[in-house]
Amino acid sequence: MNNTELELLKIIADMEGTPEGAFNIRSNGSLDSRRVTENIDIRNKADNSGIEVVIKSGTKGEKVHIPVIISETGLKELVYNDFIIGDNADVEIVAGCGIHNCGDEESRHDGIHTFFVGKNAKVKYVEKHYGKADGKGESNMNPVTVINIADGGYMEMETTQIEGVDFTKRSTKARLSDNATLIIREKLMTSGEEKAETDFEVELDGENSSANVVSRSVAKDNSYQLFLSKINGNNVCSGHSECDAIIMDNAKVSAIPEITANHLDAALIHEAAIGKIAGEQLTKLMTLGLTEQEAEEQIVNGFLK
Amino acid sequence: MLELKNISFSAEGENGVKEILKDISLKIDNGFVVITGPNGGGKSTLAKIIAGIIKPTKGKILLDGEDITELSITERAKRGISFAFQQPVRFKGITVHDLISLAAGKDISIAEACDYLSQVGLCARDYINREVNASLSGGELKRIEIATVLARGTKISLFDEPEAGIDLWSFNSLIKVFEKMHDNLGGSIIIISHQERILNIADKVIVVSAGKIKNQGKKDEVLPDLLGSTDMGCRVLIEKGEGK
Repeated sequence: MNNTELELLKIIADMEGTPEGAFNIRSNGSLDSRRVTENIDIRNKADNSGIEVVIKSGTKGEKVHIPVIISETGLKELVYNDFIIGDNADVEIVAGCGIHNCGDEESRHDGIHTFFVGKNAKVKYVEKHYGKADGKGESNMNPVTVINIADGGYMEMETTQIEGVDFTKRSTKARLSDNATLIIREKLMTSGEEKAETDFEVELDGENSSANVVSRSVAKDNSYQLFLSKINGNNVCSGHSECDAIIMDNAKVSAIPEITANHLDAALIHEAAIGKIAGEQLTKLMTLGLTEQEAEEQIVNGFLK
Repeated sequence: MLELKNISFSAEGENGVKEILKDISLKIDNGFVVITGPNGGGKSTLAKIIAGIIKPTKGKILLDGEDITELSITERAKRGISFAFQQPVRFKGITVHDLISLAAGKDISIAEACDYLSQVGLCARDYINREVNASLSGGELKRIEIATVLARGTKISLFDEPEAGIDLWSFNSLIKVFEKMHDNLGGSIIIISHQERILNIADKVIVVSAGKIKNQGKKDEVLPDLLGSTDMGCRVLIEKGEGK
């Protein structure tokens, strides 16, 4: 692996050298390296369309890293990865995609991740997207995440994309059983001419299921963001979605919330706010000795922290 | 020393241009200065002019002899002017520790940040990692605002109605904060206040009313006049000739 690739790995998966535990590193369209452990198996799918990560029931405190990096220009790929998390497991899965496009052709990674979270299992799923271009070639990513949470299961999804990805369409669909919980935190920053679309759809099927979808984003320059979130309460459940965006320069942001209660005891809330940085916030930080630009950076960094 | 020379400020209002400050000249030496007077008299405007948040229509501001009238908020802050807002600003994502570090101008340790928080009567452990957002009450924000000024430790510290929104219990500890600042004083502390207890610890009291300096001097000279002032009467009744 060259330095560019190692740098991408560090950014998207906090990896320096070989990580502890199970991992699967995919580089420029093929497997770079893999390690399985006693409790966590990683294998190619029969049709070779992607990988299957199988975590044994009761596995506690283990981590899996499955980063994807692309440093060749013009490489396009589509993978289907499945995650089967056994009952009562408690694990962390770190995914991420880094594209360093040095040429003039489009590089694209489309990943379809399907999660089966077992009964009373707990999963933290961290996903970072990062793009860097030296040439004119675009870096595009279209992640699809399908989440199924069994009774009493818990999943926390943290997804981050801070500039550099020219086009992204994120689609996340989740279905929750009784007493299941889903927490999604999205952090997004777009600049230049970038476009990012986010589409969350959560079906609260189970009794006492709950979902909290929180998105914080900053749109700069001429970039565009679209935030769609749909929560359907089909039982005694609670759902909350929140979109909070800072808009700068000539950027455009749309937030389209949709909550549907199909049950009398479904408690659903949606909050959305889009606005520029408040003048008094800048003024306050300037009275502390920061320049206007430094103040703006502090506010943006804090907001996306 | 801070000096204001012939400061005037006018702003567009509903009924045309309104003169908010009228030819104010003032010298503020090191010490504890309280600016008081009726609401709407121009006190906050005066403080914002000193901090550079608004520019005067006429006049000059000198800091230790240097003309700072045209300097930005940032440049004035760097020259040693601090300003605690009457209504503190909220920030999503910025923690109390971040804000105090920004105020101090360097990454300060949790222990140091805690020290400033305890000075304003907040149990540091409960607050240090909290975000300066809507989850904090007005009184809590107000005390954090004061802590940021303490952390800056500059030669001019301006407080716009620090007592507003603070409960009685906290007010007592606030008085102690100012008393302590007064004792360790190196520069000027300028407080806009209506509180008699704050007036009591002032070296100098300046009364601003209807955009002018009505009176200034030692507390004992100004206070009796202030408390017995006819200006506090009802303007409507006065205009009708029924007031005093």
